[in-house]
Formats: sequence, C-alpha cells, structure tokens
Amino acid sequence: MDTQDEILRKGHYACPGCGLAIAMRLVLRAVGRKAIAVIVPSCEAVISGTYPFSALEVPAFHSAFAIAAPTAAGISRALKIRKETDVTVLAFAGDGGTYDIGLQSLSGAAERNEDFIYVCLDNEAYMNTGIQASSSTPPLSWTVTTPKGKVEKKKRLMEIIVAHSVPYAATATIGYPQDLMEKVKRAKEFQGTKFIHVLTPCPTGWKMKEELTGVIAMLAFETKVFPLYEVINGEIYRITKVPKGLPVRDYLSIQGRFSHLSEDEIEKIQQEVDIEWERLIYLAKRHEKV
Amino acid sequence: MAELLSGNHAIAEAVRLSKVDFVAAYPITPQTPIYEKIAEMISEGKMCGQMMRAESEHSAMAACISASLAGVRVFTASSSQGIAYMHEMLHFASGCRVPIVMACVNRVVSAPWAFGTDQTDTLSQRDTGWIQLYCEDGQEALDTVIMAYKVSETIFLPVMVIIDGFYTSHFIEPVEIPEQTLIDQYLPKRNLPNRFDLSNPAFLQNVVDPPNYTRFKKRQFDDTLKARRLLIEADKEFGELFGRSYGVVEPLELADAEIGIVTAGSMTSCARIAVRTLRSKGIKAGLLKIKLFRPFPYNEVARYLGTLEKVIVIDRNVSSGKGGIFCDELKASMYNLKNRPEIYGFIGGLCGEDLPPEKFEKITLSVLRAKKPWDVPKWIHRMRF
Repeated sequence: MDTQDEILRKGHYACPGCGLAIAMRLVLRAVGRKAIAVIVPSCEAVISGTYPFSALEVPAFHSAFAIAAPTAAGISRALKIRKETDVTVLAFAGDGGTYDIGLQSLSGAAERNEDFIYVCLDNEAYMNTGIQASSSTPPLSWTVTTPKGKVEKKKRLMEIIVAHSVPYAATATIGYPQDLMEKVKRAKEFQGTKFIHVLTPCPTGWKMKEELTGVIAMLAFETKVFPLYEVINGEIYRITKVPKGLPVRDYLSIQGRFSHLSEDEIEKIQQEVDIEWERLIYLAKRHEKV
Repeated sequence: MAELLSGNHAIAEAVRLSKVDFVAAYPITPQTPIYEKIAEMISEGKMCGQMMRAESEHSAMAACISASLAGVRVFTASSSQGIAYMHEMLHFASGCRVPIVMACVNRVVSAPWAFGTDQTDTLSQRDTGWIQLYCEDGQEALDTVIMAYKVSETIFLPVMVIIDGFYTSHFIEPVEIPEQTLIDQYLPKRNLPNRFDLSNPAFLQNVVDPPNYTRFKKRQFDDTLKARRLLIEADKEFGELFGRSYGVVEPLELADAEIGIVTAGSMTSCARIAVRTLRSKGIKAGLLKIKLFRPFPYNEVARYLGTLEKVIVIDRNVSSGKGGIFCDELKASMYNLKNRPEIYGFIGGLCGEDLPPEKFEKITLSVLRAKKPWDVPKWIHRMRF
C-alpha cells in the first residue's frame, strides 16, 4: 500500500493493537479524499485527535452520540443543495452508537434512504468508557457491567438494517482488508443509505494480546462467529467469503473476556453459531432459487 | 397585502420569504401546522427549499446543525416535549455557532399531560445559548423570523422565535405579507461558509482542553451579548423598509407611570387593554413587553422600570421552588441598580388559562394596595379579587 493514500495519519490516539483504528484507516483509504466524516462519541472520536489537531486528512465533525445518521443526512442534503454531488459522506459510529443509542436515528435515516455510507465499528462493548456491555456484546462475554458474563444474545443488527431495504449492507472485518475495502468501494456506487458492519477486535476490552488483533479478526470469520456477506436492496444475500468452519473454541480461548466459560458454555455458543450460520445459508440460497 | 393567517401559517410564510434551503422537522401540537404548511408550499413549488421528514426532534435538530455547518439556510419548529427532547442538540447548536432559526410554539411540558400554552418549555432552554425572542402575535412572528435570520447569520448564533400555543399559533388575524423583492433586499442570500473544506480539512468539535473550552465559551458569551445591538439595528432597518418595528422590549405609558406591568408573549395584548382602562380611571399604570429574553435586555429594563415604585411581573411559566422565571430574571437584573422598584411576582395563565384584561386591572389595584413585595409568587387562579 502506498502511504500517500493514507487518510488516517500516523500519531493518532488509538491503543496498541486497536482494530478500530485499522478499520478507520482501511475505510478512509477506500473512500478517498473527497469525503466528509461524521464521528460520534466513541473510540473513533478519541483516535481522531484533540483540538486543534486532527488525525484525519478529510474534514470531520464530532457530533453527539445518538445522531451519526441524521448528522450525515444533513451534510449530504446540504451538499446536494450546494450542487456538490461528488463528495461522499461517511458516518462512523461504534456498536453503542449504532446498536443502542443511535438505532432510532439510524432507522429514520435508512427508511428515508439518506445518501451516506454508515460504518459501524463494532468492538462489542462500550470500550471508550471502560468496557461496559452493549446490545452488541456477545452472549456470556465478560464486561465490567456483566462480571459473570452477558446473559442476552447479540442483537441481529444486520437484519434490522436489511429490513429497511437499504441499497447496500455488508459485513466486513479487518482480518480481510481487501474484502473490507472492496465493500466500501462497492457501497460508493450506490445512491442512498449504505451500511457496513465492521468487526473491530479490541485487545483492551477483549483481554487479549495486542499482536493478535488481525488473527482474532480472521478467526471470528473462520469459526463462523462473524460471517462475511452483503445484502443488496434488502433482498439479495450473498456470502462473500466461505469460512473453514473452525471450532469456536479457537476464537474464544485466546480472549480473556471468555476465560470463565465452561465446556458446556462453549458448546452452547458453538450451537448458536451453527444455527446462525444455517440461517444465513438459508437467506442466501433463498435468493438463488428465485 | 394583508391576508387572514394563523400565527403558525404566518411563520411558514416567513420561512418561504426567507428562502430557506433546508427544513427538518417532526410533528407536535401546536407547532404541526408550520411543518404542514411548509411541506405543502414545497410540494406545490411555492417554496424552493427541501424538507427532511425527521423521526424525532433530536434528529431534526441534528440535521439542521450539520446542514447549517455545510453552509445552507435552515429552519425547524417545535413545541413542548419536542423542545425538551432536542435539549442536548440545542446546546450543540449554539456551541457549533450555527445560524439556525427555530420557531417555538409554547405548550406545557408534561406531566400532567396537557396542551395549552405555557412558556416553561422555552424558558427551560434558557441556558442552551440560544437567542430567545417572544412574540405577541402572528404579524410580529412573521417579521421576527425574517429579522432572526439577519441577526443569526451575522453573529452565528441560533435563534428561537417564540409564540404562544393556540392563542397565537391558531388564532387567525390579518397579517401583512411583505413583498419578496423587499425581503430579498433586507435579507439577501448570504454565502454562508461551508465548514467542511476539502482543501483545508479540519476536525470540527473535537475534544478541547479547559483553557480552550473557556476561550470558546467566553467568545460565545460575548457574541450573545452583541446580539442585542444587532437585533436593535435589524429591527430599525426592518421598520424603515416595512413600517413595522418592535424593539427588544416595548414600553407603553411608562414615562410617568407609578406602576408597571411586565409581560411576554400573547398576554401582552390583554395587558394593553388593562393599562388603557386603568389610565382612564386615573391610575398611572404602564406596561413593558419583554421581547428579547436572551441576551437579557438589562439596559432597557433598567431604563424603563428603574424609576418606578412598583412593578408587577406576570409569568405564564413556573420554576418550582423558586418562582416565575421572568420575575426572577427581572429581579436579578435590577439588583445592582441604585433605584429599583418593588417587584411583585404572579403566576397565571398556565396551560393556556385565560388572562383577560380585568385580571390585569385587579392585580394592579391589589399591588397598589400592597405594603411590601413577597418572595414567593402569588398564583392568580387562587386570588379573590
């Protein structure tokens, strides 16, 4: 990669091994310099720098927590009014800002099909405020607010987004940078609300070694915990990469947040992951039959 | 040419005349007719802007802020719970220094759930950094929206133009609609800055340290104070072009008065009648209508009320455990004056309860008899006259 294409500068404030910073870097590279970024309170707000500095080489706006989507909508509409139609508006929000507090406003914008790319940088908890559980936190995972493991399932966010019939929605992970960047470039080709759900491992919150960020992202995919797929117009599901189907144990065992799990609990997670995968296969095949 | 218009529709006409580019709004009684009328005018091609159907007031204000940062003229309107719901974004708007104009149609904030007018919804937003202008009728509301854009786009601070729910918002009166050519002369389309400059990218509203935070807030504070002067000028220029001006406050019969009544909003019209009646009975009563609430018009309040013996403040709002909000603000603003009147606070007209001229008269007579003012306000509905 040519460093001249980097839009996320060196010297940003991410923790060592931060998956989220890698995701931002890849997304920004794929989008290019004709872009405006919306950032909401989250790790990405911290990574992007404090006044008067900026880690980003595109204009950015740090908005309030619940409003990544309507903020992006306001900019994208204003640009159209100003007849500046070649600028991509990009909204970055974390899992808290997307799954929880920002879901209503994201739903409103997606239903109106506002024109922007929304990137959910999912590190599966409120990492910026110190590892509190969100509705994206996977079942049985330790966080500061779920000391014995989270009881509830991880919300099926993609299905909520797809239910809005947005032109493009995709999952991606930093484990596969090419796939991630291709999806971002693909999203740019559509008019309307594009949604990219990126799994971004967090060594701090997941209690794992810093050098394992890339490996864990790949394992999330290869164990089917986080499948890679895209959905066009809320209808056509396409699995973009087929996982090996490694046991979930391989993914869970190197993360401290799952270190308390019993054999039975690991087995339970395996079963749930298998069911979810079958469900995805069904959705993808359903289209093939049509 | 005068047309019969409700206050809400007068505001919608002002938005059209102001050539607003972008409106984001969400329905709430009694503001909704503004939203509906603008949607209708846009769909019929009578207005050139575009409308974003927000899914909440919070998002409506969020989109207004970011669109304004991108350099287009924006508008929204709300009431009551809606204003409360966008509270977070109100602070954000003033801190972002965006020239947003918002029409606020006063209505009680629940609970208990109710619909009548009550200024507590907007007065609760006192410290959000918005300029607040209370209007008496539909004509003043129309004119004030236009003036508000002029002031807002000069000082880069957001403005609330406020009317009473139902009394002003739904009451139909003849309203003079200015000529578009004159409005274009008064309020030319400015080249508002697009603060997302691709050639010079900046990170807006990122985290600041305490000295910078204080610097930003001090600048905002000073500029908010400057808005008073700008409004006086905008009002004067409006008067020269259109023959109507309002001032930041409006004194009536105060020059030789012994006792003054202070009001804001639609109740002022009834207070005017009361003053006339009291004068005809030989009582030297006067009236001060407060239009500008933020920045607070210290000078005008001192000038018009400082020499009176007694001042009555009627508040259609309440700060529980303290008093009427206008009354408290007035007392505080006059505390350091050498000569200051006794100030008598009353709370009344909550939830749109009627405040007819006779009540103002009776209150005035009772205050004339009173020996000394009270700290805790008197509630008009409990008074036996």
